[in-house]
Amino acid sequence: MLHAAYLLPLLPLAGFVVLAAFGRRLGDPWAGWLGTATVAGSFVVACVVYAGLLAKAVPQRSFIQTLFTWIPVGGLQVKSALLIDPLSMTMALFVTGVSSLIHLYSIGYMKGDRDFAKFFLYLNLFVASMLILVLADNLLFTFVGWEGVGVCSYWLVSFWFGRDSAASAGKKAFIYNRLADVGFLIAVFLVFSKTGTLDYKGIFSHLSLIGGGTGTAICLLLFVAAVGKSAQLPLFPWLADAMEGPTPVSALIHAATMVTAGVYLMCRISPLLALSHDAQLVVASVGAVTAFVAATIGCAQQDIKKVLAYSTVSQLGYMFLAVGTGAYEAAIFLMVAHAFFKALLFLGAGSVIHGLHDEQDLKRMGNLRRYMRLTFVTFGVGVLAIAGIPPLSGFFAKGDILDNAFARYPALWVLGLATAALTAYYVTRLMALAFYGDDRWHQGSAAGHGGDAEPHESPWVMALPLVVLSVLALVGGLLDLPGHHPGFAPLGWLAPVFGSALYQAHQSAGTLWALGIVDAAVALVGLSVAFVLWSRRAERPELEPAVLQRAYFLDDVYDAVIGRPGQAFARFCATVIEVKVIDGAVNGLGRVTRAAGGSLRRVQTGFVRQYALGIVLGGVVLLAWMLSRAVS
Amino acid sequence: MSLSGAWYLGLAAVVFSIGTLGLLVRRNVLVMFMCVELMLNAVNLTFVTFSRMLNDIGGQALVFFTLVVAAAEVVVGLGIVVAIFRRRRGATADDFHIMRG
Repeated sequence: MLHAAYLLPLLPLAGFVVLAAFGRRLGDPWAGWLGTATVAGSFVVACVVYAGLLAKAVPQRSFIQTLFTWIPVGGLQVKSALLIDPLSMTMALFVTGVSSLIHLYSIGYMKGDRDFAKFFLYLNLFVASMLILVLADNLLFTFVGWEGVGVCSYWLVSFWFGRDSAASAGKKAFIYNRLADVGFLIAVFLVFSKTGTLDYKGIFSHLSLIGGGTGTAICLLLFVAAVGKSAQLPLFPWLADAMEGPTPVSALIHAATMVTAGVYLMCRISPLLALSHDAQLVVASVGAVTAFVAATIGCAQQDIKKVLAYSTVSQLGYMFLAVGTGAYEAAIFLMVAHAFFKALLFLGAGSVIHGLHDEQDLKRMGNLRRYMRLTFVTFGVGVLAIAGIPPLSGFFAKGDILDNAFARYPALWVLGLATAALTAYYVTRLMALAFYGDDRWHQGSAAGHGGDAEPHESPWVMALPLVVLSVLALVGGLLDLPGHHPGFAPLGWLAPVFGSALYQAHQSAGTLWALGIVDAAVALVGLSVAFVLWSRRAERPELEPAVLQRAYFLDDVYDAVIGRPGQAFARFCATVIEVKVIDGAVNGLGRVTRAAGGSLRRVQTGFVRQYALGIVLGGVVLLAWMLSRAVS
Repeated sequence: MSLSGAWYLGLAAVVFSIGTLGLLVRRNVLVMFMCVELMLNAVNLTFVTFSRMLNDIGGQALVFFTLVVAAAEVVVGLGIVVAIFRRRRGATADDFHIMRG
């Protein structure tokens, strides 16, 4: 059964090829159904492979399927091979699962779009790249997937490229990611120069060849790549702008899957990371600070998708906090749970946006619970899950991370706890503004078609994924009940992958209970405060200071520090270097050549006898010279 | 009785000089061609002479190359001369100065 693994990336890739060739002819909605079918097929394959892996004994749950030798260069044999182990299969399962639902949803959401088929083309290519990323068995093959998802993200963010903002948001996402990818490449070079191999098994068996300093450097360089891909401080502004893309894209790429690639990468290199306490501390600190900062920004955003975007940044920060504290299982657990509830929230937001005819401003919503019952209920589940109310998935996932942080870096635990309160606050604010209070949507919208149309519930293809995801967000917490019941802990099966890299916090049951109660209490406080504040009034400028609305002016800082000097330098190059130096050199060369030619052409008279005389004289001179040498 | 090599070389020098002088002073294209041929053959003569004197066949072999190149050169040159004659009644070498750059 394991040998079917190659079908995982192949199916969406085939879908991509077919859509590229016949997408336009298939059209709306058949192109969408084809895309959905290939990804769903991939999900089925993932289930089969997963079952095959479960059937094996614990130590044998790792399997490499070599597809072909990709780069054979002397001693370096880079294979394109798939590494099937509990970690990669967990990723593959939720990537294909969530993708299938979002593909299905997109059929409804993108209905009537001019480039309907192209949307699914990109989406399929994205899923294929993501699967290559998570299944690859060496760093270079991972990088292929890494870049693949990056370019798909670029295409999809700027999908409506007719809008200036979408086009520049796409460029922004791409440039931030490229910047970070440099770290990935240098890390690959370092790994190769030290160990002479690039596949994970080989690297981990040569760990002794990597010195302490180099190990830290490699980890931090890969972390730089992860910071870009997973939108951590200081490279997170691109993710908020990426919300210019269609909402299913925000849900799939910029919440559930692609942005978690950085976390996955750090988990994948866990044996390397375990060597360096400095690197772990950096990862944990960046994660915790990002979680907190992004949560504060999320509290003041007006655009429904921007709130969710900053929430994603914040949750990813949590995952890095977990990675930094050695709680890889907890990171993956939150990643899976987050994929469920954040995809749910995004799709719910998409349903709201769709129902209100492309209105994204929270201040122009309100009271939607009367009009969109199903969206309201499922969205509510998502809110409770992310807020961390027991017994939903978010509570357990976040609890695991905070327990580990408490045991290892208490200062970061405080930050994490504050973030938990803020998380509950901003999602509840979002919920209250959208679904409670007065109807504000018919006060005339920016698009100019408010007022007349009532909000409407979405079609079944959009509703079904909402229901499925809300069920998953509800029960997702059962995947990893605290205490690891021996018979029932599906995520406990990840532990062998990380082995000794896992940090074992020995905490008493009492401590765990106390921490759990604190988490729940904090979440409840945040939730109720937000509900009291925002369910009746939509305008509270004192709670939305400009510094938070503008995301700490980070964009302005980048503009002032990098953008302006860069433009000034470019202008200097264009007006001075280009005109004076380059053009000057080229024109000067031309002028010299012309002048030389002009004076030399006088020699050419056209009289053959003159030429002959020249030759004879030359011959005489030559002869004289030779004779003089012979004599002396 | 056999002549020493110096006689042959002297003859070649004389012939070469005549050719050179002719090339410089005559304006008739055909005569100039003949002068060039004189120069070439004077050189050929020195080749053969040295070949005999030094007992080296290389000099004689080179003569054949010279002859071939000379034939090719005459063909091209005469072609140009014919082309000129078609356009005007007579032709001297100085008429070619219209072709200068």
